[in-house]
Amino acid sequence: MSIDDVDTSKRRFLTIAATSVVGAVGVGFAAVPFISYWQPSAKARAAGAPVEVDISKLEDGQRLVVEWRGKPVWVVRRNQEVLAELAGLSGKLRDPNSDVEQQPKYAKSEHRSIKPEYLVVIGICTHLGCSPSYYPKNESHPMGPDWKGGFFCPCHGSSFDLSGRVFRGVPAPTNLVVPPYTYLSDTRVLVGVDPKA
Amino acid sequence: MKRILLGLLLVPVLAFANVGGPELQKSLNDVRNQASLQNGAKIFMNYCIGCHSMKYSRFERVGVDLGIPDDLLRKDIMFTAEKPGELMNTPMDAASGQKWFGKAPPDLSVTARSRGTDWLYTYFMTFYADPTRPWGMNNLVFKDVGMPNPLWELQGAQKPVYHEADGHKVLVGVEPADEAAKAKSEGYRRTVTDLVNFLDYVGEPAKVTRWDLGWKVILYLFIFTFFAYLMKRSFWDELH
Amino acid sequence: MKKLLNSSLEWVDNRFPLVRMWDEHLGKYYAPKNFDWWYYFGSIALLVLVIQILTGIFLTMNYKPSAQEAFASVEYIMRDVEWGWLMRYMHSTGASFFFIAVYLHMFRALLYGSYRKPRELVWLVGMGIYFALMAEAFMGYLLPWGQMSYWGAQVIISLFGAIPYIGDAITLWIRGDYVIGDATLNRFFALHVIAVPMVLLGLVVMHILALHDKHVGSNNPDGIEIKKNKDPKTGIPLDGIPFHPYYTVKDIMGYGWFLIIFCLVMFYFPDMFGYFLEANNFIPADPMTTPAHIAPVWYFTPFYAILRAIPDKLMGVVAMGASVGIFALLPWLDRSPVKSIRYKGPMFKIALTLFTISFISLGILGVLPAEGLYVTLARIFTVIYFGFFILMPIYSTLDKTKPEPARVTM
Repeated sequence: MSIDDVDTSKRRFLTIAATSVVGAVGVGFAAVPFISYWQPSAKARAAGAPVEVDISKLEDGQRLVVEWRGKPVWVVRRNQEVLAELAGLSGKLRDPNSDVEQQPKYAKSEHRSIKPEYLVVIGICTHLGCSPSYYPKNESHPMGPDWKGGFFCPCHGSSFDLSGRVFRGVPAPTNLVVPPYTYLSDTRVLVGVDPKA
Repeated sequence: MKRILLGLLLVPVLAFANVGGPELQKSLNDVRNQASLQNGAKIFMNYCIGCHSMKYSRFERVGVDLGIPDDLLRKDIMFTAEKPGELMNTPMDAASGQKWFGKAPPDLSVTARSRGTDWLYTYFMTFYADPTRPWGMNNLVFKDVGMPNPLWELQGAQKPVYHEADGHKVLVGVEPADEAAKAKSEGYRRTVTDLVNFLDYVGEPAKVTRWDLGWKVILYLFIFTFFAYLMKRSFWDELH
Repeated sequence: MKKLLNSSLEWVDNRFPLVRMWDEHLGKYYAPKNFDWWYYFGSIALLVLVIQILTGIFLTMNYKPSAQEAFASVEYIMRDVEWGWLMRYMHSTGASFFFIAVYLHMFRALLYGSYRKPRELVWLVGMGIYFALMAEAFMGYLLPWGQMSYWGAQVIISLFGAIPYIGDAITLWIRGDYVIGDATLNRFFALHVIAVPMVLLGLVVMHILALHDKHVGSNNPDGIEIKKNKDPKTGIPLDGIPFHPYYTVKDIMGYGWFLIIFCLVMFYFPDMFGYFLEANNFIPADPMTTPAHIAPVWYFTPFYAILRAIPDKLMGVVAMGASVGIFALLPWLDRSPVKSIRYKGPMFKIALTLFTISFISLGILGVLPAEGLYVTLARIFTVIYFGFFILMPIYSTLDKTKPEPARVTM
């Protein structure tokens, strides 16, 4: 059988062409519900909705954990002392300037946050996904005398500074992810939404 | 002969009888009327959500479909939730409901589909005073219902109307018991229509979308069928 | 480009009977040229089967087959899933249209004697498809887990309890529990989603292969065999036309008309006043409360009416089974010298009309309460219904037939 065998008079050809075109348009429209069906449902969108965090009671050096899109999000309050020490760590860090895009544009800085005082970061190690522990500088920790405060992942030993930046010589390749977030007021942070322009 | 046989085919259709029960009043609600739906939503949240959940419905969807902006949604509608994406649950737990009313107040998400809007409308219109019942009220279409009428203040007192039939009284209707109730009739009718309208909407939020899409699809299909018909003709005409 | 296409086709055809299949079933399958509108329903049934499988697959992505979650998952699909409401309505409307198409397809066979030799096996496989479809619909109806789902299943499964000695053991085995519950729902889900659809697909393939067999071929409204008049040079039946392109283009147009009606119902009457989606099924299943009127979905109601017409439980079940199964005997009950109603006498025409009225009447009686006049009517129509079949060997022999033409009439 070959395509040449099909007898095509002009009338037939036109009607076949017209029906095919109209039909194809219909199939295209009909495909939309089937493909859209896979989009996140209202339930998923509700679960993934932005989370409001009240930081009014957060004390210096304290970490608050909330859930957003099924992941832990940390809010850590930092004081001037620890913020000043961030610059000195550059030599020990893999990506001190946050060149790899693990954060929104407004968090590409040494303090990797909108307001330097509060770090907002997703608490999942960028190696294989465990949730690291928080070791502030002045509390007891197993990180040695030079520790300026930060996070340590018990699974494979990766460590991050108080801006969530990853140290050299550990398995994790990149800095901790900073989610989109914005301040609704001085005491309320909304995780999941970028600040209005 | 053919006509007689075709006529006989009508016999089974005529055998169709009316199913029993009190006659239902017509609801006449319009799910396209957003003002009515908004009022109905407000009434539901003020009088019903205390006992009845609408656990398949989300506040956010109600806000979007009814044209209620986010701030008003939170102020006037979202009494029982923090986030608009949440489901419209009731604070009352089933066990307490069972204890207080004899039966846990059912979820009302699809009640408009199981009972129908006419029944719901008649239900809200026909509560009447009945001292034999625990709450002092009974209902014409739902005999010995466990629910008191939360809208009774809006309706005013109602009394039952009986007909004499073969020596005993048959309950046939309900009417205002005093002048105050009579004065509220018109406003109450509108309130109930709005509430039933909202229940109708929640029963199937996609209903208007479905109506609006349907005629477009059918129009397309007519166009397609027309071309398909031309195609069919272009082959078949040559056959004879 | 054409050369590439041709050589690709040749490559495949050297490894797979592509051309042979195309010729045998489409390009060189010669069907009678006088098919009338009754002949649309077979291909329409095939279209609906495809629709049901496609929409069914998508529904399965979000439906939860547990007694706890089933009802809620259907509402989740209707509200929260993008276009879920359309997927659900396509499937529920499709279920009813499947039966409309199949009943009309079967009625065509009654009109034109399509079940007669040499097409008995096509008819028997078709009966198999019908039984499988009934099972598929019955099990599918349990899945929404509404009051009708639950209690309809309760009634039908308990019918098996009427079987002497082993009845109770069977119902326990079917349910997987002492009452209809999660176990029953889960297994009906498995059967409905994969087991019976595979059986249906296999039977549909057999149905078409049996029809296309070189000794068989399609019947036509005149009931005459077109293979009796072949062109001496080509061997092609004189009244035959190749299925492709003539019936492919005709069926495509038929699909257009069908989809218009389908969409009219789906978009504007998906409930069909409580007959396609029953009102009571919007109440979650409650083992403690039986609805006032339990009725099966409309496509089962004629047989349900027959079940209730017989005052004995076991005999009622037997009668119901017989009312479905007796169709299978038609190739041997019909002794008429002609196949098609066009050439049969008044006896058959009256018999078929009475049967049709009975079928429809029983269908209506099936949704009405079994009381008083309705019971009497159901009994009368049951007798007429069976009479159509049982008396057929007699009246089909006695009937005064007209001479069949040698060639088809358009």
